[in-house]
Amino acid sequence: MDVPFWNKDIETADRSRLEEIQLRRLREIVGWALNTPFYKKQLRNAKISSPDDIRSLCDLKKIPFTTKDDLRINFPRGLLAVEMKDVVRIHSSSGTTGIPTVIYYSREDIENWTEMLARCITASGAARSDIFQNMMTYGMFTGGLGLHYGAERVGMAVIPIGGGNTKRQIKTMKDFGTTVLHVTPSYLLHVHTKLEEAEIKREELVLRKAFTGAEPHSEDIRKKIEQVWGIDVYNSYGLSELNGPGVAFECIYKNDMHLWEDGYIVEIIDPETGQQVKDGDSGEVVLTNLIRKASPILRYRTRDLAYLHTDPCPCGRTHRRLSRIMGRTDDMLIINGINVFPSQIEEVVMKIPQVATNYIIQVEKRGELDHLTVKVEIYPKLFLGDPSQLEALKGRIIEDLRSAIILHPSVELHEPNALPVSEGKAKRVIDLRPKE
Amino acid sequence: MKLTQISVFLENRKGRLYDVCSLLGKNNINIRALTIAETESFGVLRIVVDKSDLAVKTLKANGFVANLTDVIAVEVDDKPGGLAGILKIFADSDINVEYMYGFVEKFSDNALLVFRFEDTDKAQKILTDKGLKVVTRKEIEGL
Repeated sequence: MDVPFWNKDIETADRSRLEEIQLRRLREIVGWALNTPFYKKQLRNAKISSPDDIRSLCDLKKIPFTTKDDLRINFPRGLLAVEMKDVVRIHSSSGTTGIPTVIYYSREDIENWTEMLARCITASGAARSDIFQNMMTYGMFTGGLGLHYGAERVGMAVIPIGGGNTKRQIKTMKDFGTTVLHVTPSYLLHVHTKLEEAEIKREELVLRKAFTGAEPHSEDIRKKIEQVWGIDVYNSYGLSELNGPGVAFECIYKNDMHLWEDGYIVEIIDPETGQQVKDGDSGEVVLTNLIRKASPILRYRTRDLAYLHTDPCPCGRTHRRLSRIMGRTDDMLIINGINVFPSQIEEVVMKIPQVATNYIIQVEKRGELDHLTVKVEIYPKLFLGDPSQLEALKGRIIEDLRSAIILHPSVELHEPNALPVSEGKAKRVIDLRPKE
Repeated sequence: MKLTQISVFLENRKGRLYDVCSLLGKNNINIRALTIAETESFGVLRIVVDKSDLAVKTLKANGFVANLTDVIAVEVDDKPGGLAGILKIFADSDINVEYMYGFVEKFSDNALLVFRFEDTDKAQKILTDKGLKVVTRKEIEGL
């Protein structure tokens, strides 16, 4: 097979050269991190007060982990390492308890991120002759804009359509002759079921590839998408704390995702002990971002469970491959590509006086898409005997949830004590989606 | 005379209506009139019973969500245009009916209808002024 490269020199660099780059960039990034009150303290505890205290990559392990909570506590500027005039982009995600997290990018940071994405896109075999329909949500979420920049860098014709509006998506594929998609796997399957309704046949489309991301999915789901659409599908991994999409991406061999090790240092740890697992064992993915100075992030606990392949890839890239995400170490749910913590839902329903204290969060598949149902018990003293009052209550809960978590859930009202009483938070979550 | 209607919240679960009826039956409470207001995901059962105090106490003790509402039961001529006749009186007197439903049985040749009015006191006064027969609490208990 003819293996396409964006930057063959770096993508095939040997380990010692990669580690040399990692060490140099780690020193630089520690220097930037020391500009922030948060890391100044973290690094002081690790006896690091200047980049010179990082003598080898082993010194990375002295640095304490960074968690999502750290980002939340330091919202909005506690982790900003440059002056605001040097920031050119801000991305933010909603928080689990109402406090969001924020990531800043300087011009150079965006440039570095874009280069990584150009590598990803090229590795999949997509090229400047392609027409790229970006079906990920634009806005504060990094998935949309990230790939957009990478695709323009490669020179593809970018259609920034964003998510939703299925008929328009299909029509756009036909009108512009889209060849490559970027989309969540569940939505791509859903779109296929709507071809007939849109009165467009598969043969009228010239699709050849899709990049799927934002939600973990199995090899079976990939095969299903490839089979129903007749295209090649490539898995993508990223998170805004590490720039966004493009941390790891599959090459034409589709045997898991090359993680760009000149841009990110990956560690796999035992989530209980924080110790490194043996090579090839699975554990929690911990990542250090080497290529963003505005918001430096060192040893970030992603809560994603995966492993690294130890065998080389036939494509010749030396950057190790990350497996599919096998699960989470926390209770975060991923519903149609949107991250939702049960605590966000709890916060909304508990604020409403007509709702009693018990609730259940249920997620299931309806067709190809995920569907969220929130079941609540009503508070007897506030029942006035009027169904329209209850309909209004239901409407209010749906509206409040929609603005808190972006998703549009169903809400069920129940009698007091009708829902199973649960002890832990996890028990309140019933995930009926088929396990991969 | 005002009567007490009991509203019971029913979640969408098999056998829930049976649970209410069987509980009332076991306690020797007789349902005189009933209707169900339903939505796609829940229902509200509205009943007029012979022993309303006991019914509410029993329902609440068994975990049901129940609430009391004032209604008026009116005798209506059981012939074509009977209901229209009485609705005309309400319309002419600017009395708003929120909902209404029929009795299970009747105790004269007239039909019996339960009305929930926006303004129960005003409706009661008009009914008395017009000499219409309304059902008393005593009658309900002994029906």
